[in-house]
Amino acid sequence: MSLTMDEPTLVTTRPLLTARDVSKAYGPVQALRGVSATVYPGEVLGIVGESGSGKSTFLRALNLEETPDTGSYTLDLPDVQGNLFDLDRYARRMLCATRIGIVYQNPHLGLLMSHSSSGNVAERLLVAGERRFAVLRDKAQRALEASEFPTERMDAPPAELSGGMQQRVQLAKAIALEPALLLLDEPTTGLDVSVQALVLDTLKRLQQERRITMVIVSHDLGVIRTLSDRVMVMRRGEVVEQGLADQVFQDPQHAYTQQLVHAKL
Amino acid sequence: MTLQSLTRAWEPMSYGFLDASAKREIRRKMLKAIAVPGCQVPYASREVPMARGWGTGGLQISCTLINPRTRIKVIDQGADDSVNAASIRKFLARVSGAPTTNDALEADLIQSRHRVPEEVLREDQVLVLQVPNPEPLRPVQPNMSIARQMHADADYGRMWLQLYEQIVRSGRVMQGASYPSLVNGRFVMTPSPIPRWDVPKLHMARHLTILSAGREKRLHVVPPFTRVEPLVFDDVPYRVEDHGGLTCQRSGARGYFMNEIPQDDGSSIHEVSDSDLGVKTIRRREGEAVAIGATWYENGEMTS
Repeated sequence: MSLTMDEPTLVTTRPLLTARDVSKAYGPVQALRGVSATVYPGEVLGIVGESGSGKSTFLRALNLEETPDTGSYTLDLPDVQGNLFDLDRYARRMLCATRIGIVYQNPHLGLLMSHSSSGNVAERLLVAGERRFAVLRDKAQRALEASEFPTERMDAPPAELSGGMQQRVQLAKAIALEPALLLLDEPTTGLDVSVQALVLDTLKRLQQERRITMVIVSHDLGVIRTLSDRVMVMRRGEVVEQGLADQVFQDPQHAYTQQLVHAKL
Repeated sequence: MTLQSLTRAWEPMSYGFLDASAKREIRRKMLKAIAVPGCQVPYASREVPMARGWGTGGLQISCTLINPRTRIKVIDQGADDSVNAASIRKFLARVSGAPTTNDALEADLIQSRHRVPEEVLREDQVLVLQVPNPEPLRPVQPNMSIARQMHADADYGRMWLQLYEQIVRSGRVMQGASYPSLVNGRFVMTPSPIPRWDVPKLHMARHLTILSAGREKRLHVVPPFTRVEPLVFDDVPYRVEDHGGLTCQRSGARGYFMNEIPQDDGSSIHEVSDSDLGVKTIRRREGEAVAIGATWYENGEMTS
């Protein structure tokens, strides 16, 4: 059997994201203890753990919002070299603005609530240097459509939208520049179950259509299981187990993972 | 040996209310601001006998530049005869012995609140603009520490976002005054709250413009022959108001920028935005030999 050029393939030997021995302390609290992770192009890595396990800190470090005490972080992109934790503030900002998208749990962190929804998406394009109004409008509309946001409301400010709609605006903003890496920090927390399902469907469709590399953090095992190819379980700042999603959920090895998987209300 | 033999006789060395060290500091900051056009330079804004917000920033710059031979003109929203303009003009003359004028062509130093004179200024003239808020990023970034970082990174995307929002909401750019402008291709400044039509007058102008905010303790400068480019989208051009067909109700001047004065019956009348130009027009019509210089805007077109 031979592979033809038009057959999509996940076969690759080089990870897009490589983080090694990332540690971070906030005073006496050790938030991350030597966390390492690799994510391959088109793959979804789910990070799961209890509150305070360090998963959001790790995600913020991947978004270059935190500078760890030790460790390295590289992205295998043509114009991105070296340990990204060593970049200066300007280089970090430009990298995050153009190559990394993020959806926060709290939309207030990711959106300008009094600006229009399309303006929020346009902001990302403006940072990347787009200065044509018609192009901004068109690209914002397309990104909002892709995140299944009703475009007749594209000029409504997020402050007037529901939580689920705000998350869609965040998602549109994150994907507007077709980032190499999409980070999702508890994207469905606080949404009711039906809206959660819609947002998850959108994420899954986007991932399948665009093969976006994603890292998703959640304490909801259902969300992680729905979206992830591989899973990393964190506890007290450490990775206690990682592997393929089905493998981790069906045959958890670590006692903490077993406790998580079998936990029921 | 007497005390008199050891000291110099008194002579009027210091002009303009401020002490020599205060003026020296402001001069240094002005030179720094000239070297980095559009960059806000902090200075130790002194107390002057005027309330903050009434032009203390401009007054300190004028007091620093003035000497007994400087001919001064003071403008308040285009008018030379308002109480504020008259008071500042009188104060400057009193503390320096400098002669005053209402004629923009005769003046060496023009302190102005929110207007650039209609007549084109020369290389030897200095325009001092009073600025209430020198930070263009304040509406989009209330945290001034982050705003400073944004200036350092030339991170002005959110300024365009403001324009985007105005077009989305109103169909056009609604920024009528204080239009954010890029100076020398590097720093975005808020050019005092001068009207939108006055911004092109700063672009590659022959005169030096110093913008000073006394309350905010910052000044910035547009040196002569410096690019001042209003922020625009590539496909939405910058437009000034079209006043080419309007006539000044008081002077009959036509083809200049006008202030709109709403009337009780809902209509509007217009007056030329530079009161001295109106006065000159009237004097010329009455037969006086009055020199009216070239103007920035004539018959609906920018000339310079």
